[in-house]
Amino acid sequence: MIERLPTEPLILTLKLALWTTILLFVIGIPLSYYIAYTRNKFTLVLEALVALPLVLPPTVLGFYLLLLLSKEGPLGALWYSLFDKQLVFTFEGIVLASIIYSLPMMIHPLSAGFRSVPKNIIEASWTLGKSKLETLFRVILPNMKASILTGLVLSFAHTIGEFGVVLMVGGNIEGETRVVSIAIYDAVEAIDYGTAHIYAGILFLLSFITLAVLFAINRRWGH
Amino acid sequence: MIRVRVRKRLFGVDGPFELDVDFCIEDREFLVIFGPSGCGKTTLLRIIAGLEKADSGYIEVDGTIWLDTEKGINLPPQKRRVGFVFQDYALFPNMTVLQNVLYAMRKKDKKRALELLEMADLISLKDRKPSHLSGGQKQRVALIRALAMEPKILLLDEPLSALDPDLRKELQLELKNFQQRAFIPALMVSHDQEETLRLADKVIRINRGKIVASGSPSTLLPQKELIYIDKKESPTELVLILKDRDILMKVKVPKSLFL
Repeated sequence: MIERLPTEPLILTLKLALWTTILLFVIGIPLSYYIAYTRNKFTLVLEALVALPLVLPPTVLGFYLLLLLSKEGPLGALWYSLFDKQLVFTFEGIVLASIIYSLPMMIHPLSAGFRSVPKNIIEASWTLGKSKLETLFRVILPNMKASILTGLVLSFAHTIGEFGVVLMVGGNIEGETRVVSIAIYDAVEAIDYGTAHIYAGILFLLSFITLAVLFAINRRWGH
Repeated sequence: MIRVRVRKRLFGVDGPFELDVDFCIEDREFLVIFGPSGCGKTTLLRIIAGLEKADSGYIEVDGTIWLDTEKGINLPPQKRRVGFVFQDYALFPNMTVLQNVLYAMRKKDKKRALELLEMADLISLKDRKPSHLSGGQKQRVALIRALAMEPKILLLDEPLSALDPDLRKELQLELKNFQQRAFIPALMVSHDQEETLRLADKVIRINRGKIVASGSPSTLLPQKELIYIDKKESPTELVLILKDRDILMKVKVPKSLFL
């Protein structure tokens, strides 16, 4: 029996997943809109870049991110000059890494959603004098709710399940970057199978429930 | 009055051709562009609405220039004020009938929206979503929505083609009624001869992007060609052999008619 299971990794994981999902959604809407409705060589490159985290080992992604976010890297240096704080081995750093890592989970459903909205209702809105922005919020997004939900849920679930990238960029710092997946690794290394069991069980259930809810809602919205 | 001059290279099933038309629409006129599918009719409507670019052209509506490629003027669809009725209606699935109409209004006026719905006999359906409407009902909503924005012109892309014949006839009359009450011109594209004859004040017939005939709806009626006259078969009658497209026919006419 475990005497006292630290809840910090759990809270940190949920916080990370929530922040990542929210920020990804904000970035995802304009990015997917562009990918879905523009056809040129640049979008081809962009689409390939967005899909990269699906095929790259998390260590490769993590390695490059580490270089990019470190104090000597371009992004890390900028961050340091702005906030006088490191990006690597911090919560902000793993949020940023998670955004890159979970990018396809948000962009793919959203751009598929944008493409699924009939072109003529978008054009109808334009002929009725509505700007592209008003059309986006009042016609396009409300008619792709299932895709939006899929993007949100997949990004959330995918971030919960993240391990390699967080470890590379964030390390294993209690209360800052030790999310559940890393706490499990830590516990197993310390041959504390009891703790590992509980964390693993919680992640398993959480991920399963999230996906089940997603499929249930999608089934209902898809008629 | 509306002046339209448009050129655009198009790619048809049997090779490229050029859409090249020049015509006017008088105030309150119901003009039908008649032609086979793939002749460039829909593209022309879309260019007028600003949804597609012309290679070169000039469009002027009541003194306002919508398109002038020489001067680099090309108003976006938002600024053109066209009431576009799409072939498959393009109603917003996320809005009710009333919300669809309200969305179209430049100044939201619920009373006016309800009046319009009343006129089209749609008031009892005002809180339904488009997916719960029949084809005819959707068509009516699409028309009302297009009128609700107080357009300068009504553009109709075969709006009745998906409906069954009886309903079509009923809606044709309704369509014309609404257009006349709104005091605006309408430009409809169609490949249905009967519909064109019923609705049009003027017809422009196009084929492979070019105007081949224009004028009153009767220009659509079969053009008969005289092939042969037999004066000897009967003492009192002439026998004419006429050709109507590919069909030959024999017509007897009293000789006295020609004396």
